Formats: sequence, structure tokens, C-alpha cells
Amino acid sequence: MRRLGASTRRATIEYLPAGLLLAALIAGWEAWVRIFDTRPYIMPAPSRVWTAFLETRGTLPEHITTTLSEALLGLAIAAAAGVALAAILALTPLVRRVLYPILVVSQTIPMIVLAPLLVIWFGFGMTPKVVVVALFGFFPICVSTAEGLLTADREMTGLVRSMGGGRLASLRYVEIPAALPSFFSGLKIAATYAVLGAVIGEWVGASSGLGIFITRAQTAFRVDRVFVAVAVIAVVSVALFAAVHVAARLTTPWMYVNKENKS
Amino acid sequence: MSTIDVRGLGHTFGDLRVLKDVSLQAPGGTFASIVGPSACGKSTLLRVLAGLLVPDEGTAEVGGVSTVSRPGLVSYMPQKDLLLPWRRVLGNATLGAEVGGIKRAEAKRQAGALMERFGLAGFERAWPSQLSGGMRQRLALLRTFLAPAKTMLLDEPFGALDAITRREMHGWLQSVLGAEQRTVLFITHDVEEALLLSDRVYVMSPRPGRIIADVPVTFPKPRPSGAVLAPEFIRLKAELLGALGG
Repeated sequence: MRRLGASTRRATIEYLPAGLLLAALIAGWEAWVRIFDTRPYIMPAPSRVWTAFLETRGTLPEHITTTLSEALLGLAIAAAAGVALAAILALTPLVRRVLYPILVVSQTIPMIVLAPLLVIWFGFGMTPKVVVVALFGFFPICVSTAEGLLTADREMTGLVRSMGGGRLASLRYVEIPAALPSFFSGLKIAATYAVLGAVIGEWVGASSGLGIFITRAQTAFRVDRVFVAVAVIAVVSVALFAAVHVAARLTTPWMYVNKENKS
Repeated sequence: MSTIDVRGLGHTFGDLRVLKDVSLQAPGGTFASIVGPSACGKSTLLRVLAGLLVPDEGTAEVGGVSTVSRPGLVSYMPQKDLLLPWRRVLGNATLGAEVGGIKRAEAKRQAGALMERFGLAGFERAWPSQLSGGMRQRLALLRTFLAPAKTMLLDEPFGALDAITRREMHGWLQSVLGAEQRTVLFITHDVEEALLLSDRVYVMSPRPGRIIADVPVTFPKPRPSGAVLAPEFIRLKAELLGALGG
């Protein structure tokens, strides 16, 4: 219990300044809108956004569910494909030389341009959204995992080899565990973009989801509802990021030893 | 117990000739040391015996089997402890055994039984980053010790330790090895350490390394740290230092 209390206190101290700043910004925003009497379709006050949130409470969960499932499915595909290609890149220098530059160039294609095309190719269902999320997430996951596999300590793989271990043993005991933290760094970046990716996918055309929620709010000049969606996207993204962080802590506990237990 | 038999070993890295006609025979059960100046090719010799490096010329055999491109015949402890940060103490101890094909549960049982003797009892679930320098070194030794290959190659295992910890380790290593006869090839550039631990000390020349002296050490074992003050010990030390300085 004491340890738990201490860690709660530490977390409070760590996040208190950021929380205070956020509260001050919201208060300043509210004051600005009231003093200058800004029109709500130009800039709604936080209190108005809150009211809009209460109004939309009934319909929001459905939209969140849609967007979150697209984000999660896309993220899972990005992780699977990213790790698979990372393994191929790391294990075969020839493929690495051929594919790596193409992979980097592919990242310069603006997703805004690609998203409408994906709708033409895959229709208005869930698929184009999942594809956008997967395309967003694939690159950071693949690149960091490949780097992790490639930068594994040569002397450690040599040690496993001296024990009579082959390529598989070296992968199992050294390279894969060494690449896990990099994989999670990539997954964290991908997770932060996942919800955004799904929203961009929905923008072009969907029947449900936060993207279509925003489009509808915009066409009705309900800027307060747009802000509700922005806040929801932020909260869901942070939750997803936190989930990846927890998974990283559980899977790579050795990475978090020194910060806590070193006396 | 396997004899270490090296004959006419030579190796060149690019233009750099590191080993030249190195020959040594250490009978089974011998604790043999190699002393030599830095960068004289000692580690290269061990890498050949560990099966990690194919030499340009000569043969290297352990127990009558060539080690060239045959890793796993000896248990090799490199200069760095190379503990895997993602395995706990017990997992690092069993690594060599697991890779060598011993079942995990059996390897854990063997490691658990030796934790006390290696001064690691109570730390089974700790991470390597939580250990002191001496403990890391003992863990690396335990890993080397538990590998199925009974011939051990130790590359400056105590090189990074402070003098006091080092002295403790000397006494401890003798007690650990006293229980079972093992063939050990030990690399150091500390003449006193070599004399204290070994049955036989080889002196290597500066690069390109060759064996320039072969000195048997016949004091009874185990040798307390005070043994370094005996006249005969000092005479041998002078002989080795002379060979090194020459």
C-alpha cells in the first residue's frame, strides 16, 4: 500500500504542472470569449463545448466505437506487417538495399491525397479507413523494429554462437529481445497517429465515426461540436498511447528497472 | 577432461599479423594462463579456440577435435561480461546450458544449486543492471561454468574489477574450481594473478603474438593471497616479468 501511495504521489507531482497549465489555458480561453463576446461559430467558449458534449453524449459512443475499432484493427495490421517486413529487411541485406529507399519515398505521399483514392478502390465501408491507419502506422513500426534488429550487440550474438547456437538461437536470445524496446517506440508513434488516421479516412465518406461527426458539425456551423470531437480524439489517442506504454512495461520490464529500483 | 592442443597457429587481419606460429599443449585438468602485453593476439587465440574465427594457418584442438568453425566445444567467457539485459540473473546463468541443449528446468535446477557458491543467492530474480561489478563477473563465470562444454576459456575475467574485489575473486575461483577438475585457459596481463591461479603460465610476445616462455607453477593449491610473498613465487614472477620485458 505504501509503495502504491508513493507512486501515486510521484505521478501527481509529475503531471501536476502540465495539468495546471492546461486548466489555465482553458480558463483564459473562456475569459477571452466572454470579454470580447466572440461569436460561437467563430470560437465557442469551453463552457459551450461542454454543453455540446452533454448534448451529443447519446450519439458519441457509437462514433467513438467505430473510429476506435478502425484504429485498433489498422494498428494491428500495421504492427504485423511492419514487424514482418522489418525481419525481412534485417535478415536480407539485398532486400534492405532495394526496399528501404522506396519505403522512405512512399512516406512522402500525402495521406490526404491517398484517402479519396482508397475510397474509390475499397468502397465506403470500414476497409479504406483501416488501410489509412495501417499505412500511417506501418512505417514507424517497420523502421524502428528493423533498426532494433540490426543494432543488436554483435558481441552478444557472438557469445550465443560460441555456445553452439545457430541463427535461430541468436534471434531468440539476442536479436528479438534487443529489438523489443524499438518495436514499442515505433508502436507508440503509430498509436498516436492511429485515431487521426481513422478520422482522415472517415472524412472522405462514412456513415459513422468521429470523422463524419466532424464533417456534419462543420456543415451545420456547430464549431462547438467540432471541438467536442477534437477533445474526444485527443482523449482516445492518449488512452491508446497509455495502453501501448503499459504493454511495453509488461513485455520489456528490464527497461524500467533503473528508474525505480536502483538504490 | 579435454586437452587443449594448439599447433602452429597464425592469423592476419588485413596487413596486421596478430598471431605467428603459436603452439601450446595444456593437458586435461590443467589451469593454464597466458600473459602478454595488450593487443598481442591473446583474445584472437581464444576466438579461434571458441570456434568463432577461422585461423589462416595451424590447428586448434580440444579433446582431439578441431575447434575450427566448431563453436560449442569449449565454454568461452569473453572479456566483457555480455550479460543479456533482458534476462534475469537466473536466466543469464542458464543461457549457455539452454543454448547447449540442456532442458530449461534442468538448467535452472543446476544454476539454483550453485547460486550460493557463486555469491548470487537471493539475487535469482534481479536484473543484471542491478548487480555490482563483482557479481556481474561471477554471474558471467557461472554461465560459463554451467555450459555443457567442460573446458573453459576465460578472457581477462577480472580485468575490470578493483584490486580488493579481484583478490576476493582469486580465492573464490580457486575454491570453486578445487571441487572439480576442469581444463581452463585463462588470459590476463597480471603476472601475479596468473601465478596464483595456474598450474602453468605461457608468456606471449608483443604482436605478432607467439609463445616465448612456458613456466610450470608447482606450489600446492589452493594458494592463499599471501603466497605471493614466498621467495619461490617472487623468483617465478621475476622470470615471467623478464620474459615479458625482453
